[in-house]
Amino acid sequence: MAIRLEKPWRALTKEALKSLSAQLGVYQISNDKEEIIYIGYAGGRSLWGLRGALQDKLAELGEGHQFRLEVNQQYLSRWEELLKVHKGDHDTLPSGNKDHRPRRVGQLSLG
Amino acid sequence: MDLELSDEQRMLVEQVRRFVRQEIDPLEADMDPDASELPTEEHERLVGMTTGMGLYQMDVPEEFGGAGLDVMTRTLLAMEMSQHRAGLYTPCYGTFGSMGLAQLYDANDDQKERYLYPTLRGEKRGFFGLTEPSGGSDPARAIQTRAIQDGNDWLINGQKIFISGADRADFGLVFARTSPDKGRAGVTCFIIDTDMLGFHVRRIVHTLRSTHYATELQFEDLRVPSENILGKVDGGFSIANERLTRQRIPYAAACLGVAMRAQDMAVEYVKIRETFGDLLATRQTVQNMLIDNEMDIRTARWLTLAAAHKADQGEPFRTEAAMAKIAATEAGGRVVDRAMQIHGGYGVTKEFPFERWYREIRIRRIGEGPNEVQRLIIARDLIGGAFH
Repeated sequence: MAIRLEKPWRALTKEALKSLSAQLGVYQISNDKEEIIYIGYAGGRSLWGLRGALQDKLAELGEGHQFRLEVNQQYLSRWEELLKVHKGDHDTLPSGNKDHRPRRVGQLSLG
Repeated sequence: MDLELSDEQRMLVEQVRRFVRQEIDPLEADMDPDASELPTEEHERLVGMTTGMGLYQMDVPEEFGGAGLDVMTRTLLAMEMSQHRAGLYTPCYGTFGSMGLAQLYDANDDQKERYLYPTLRGEKRGFFGLTEPSGGSDPARAIQTRAIQDGNDWLINGQKIFISGADRADFGLVFARTSPDKGRAGVTCFIIDTDMLGFHVRRIVHTLRSTHYATELQFEDLRVPSENILGKVDGGFSIANERLTRQRIPYAAACLGVAMRAQDMAVEYVKIRETFGDLLATRQTVQNMLIDNEMDIRTARWLTLAAAHKADQGEPFRTEAAMAKIAATEAGGRVVDRAMQIHGGYGVTKEFPFERWYREIRIRRIGEGPNEVQRLIIARDLIGGAFH
């Protein structure tokens, strides 16, 4: 498994989400410049897994965004890893994760 | 050995049991099933409660402001504190405080000022860096990380793996080989700051636990001043070993707590669940599972409390701690497995805690010294004549 989520971006639309599975895992949302604006996860309490989590995000953000995902039972540690990677790459968290407590995002030496 | 609980012990056990049932369980009902942290405001509220109970920082020695509990009482409380979904690795979500790194109680005054006291105040976090890719069961021989003296400093090069919390830590205890030809007598413990040049967290190691992942570390010409040596040069192994032996008793107790809760849940469930027109409680096959659970729990509990008793008497307890670790981790796994089986399909869902316990308790047979090594310790004491 690569440290970075490198799957191709897909348009965040109702149509695209319809066919998604309801499995647990992590996802990223980007703007139209393919800049990651949010990293999230669908955890064990999510009603419809990744599909439900992304539908909620679509309702919140509206269209004009993209997503990519990874089915992963270790969604919490993978989510934290993706946050660390983003912080390592950009020296900051995605705008949508800014309320994340800084103490929880540790360091990762990328290279 | 008298295992009758004193009035004080009985009261403390009741108090902690109530805390788990009334405060922790309801919070977990709304949290992610794999979560290991409470929301800050809830954490602070519960710390206020444990402080009021006089049990905050229960693992910290009395001289440093802790509760000063004896090992037996601490063990009894550990069995209660783990009786919830996240309880195995984050008993009560840390609301009873953290002892930090026990080795720092033996640090010199300057080191205590820089590392121990800030840790006890919650301002700093540390990690324990012992295991390497070359092995963790036999650290004295497996340690290949090297530290070479350079003037008043030491240059550390090497790798560590399966290290918890290093990515979020401010400092860590790193064991490195300082005398290559001395075996276990050639290892030194260094206190390193994680913002030192040459310290790298190379990757997260994902495991059965969705939170509390491990990390892999790399040291590249990490320059550490001599003032940061904990204890003596070449005296690191006894520091590591002392810690591992002491940890085994509460480690065993936490597994037992989970097993006890799983058994309680199974007993309740068989009284309400019907199959083929009758309650599960009437099925002999199911009864046998509960009986096996009870025997597993009581056997391991006895061994664990016996180890605690011996530690409190100031007698050697290495063999007893090893027996407790083996018995509780293996019995705990069997109990959770049977409780899961009794719950059928629900047992494997994330709506119940069994699936998380099942994953996490499996790790306990490996952590804090694999059970095979514990057996080796017991065999050495038996055959070597040091068995008590």
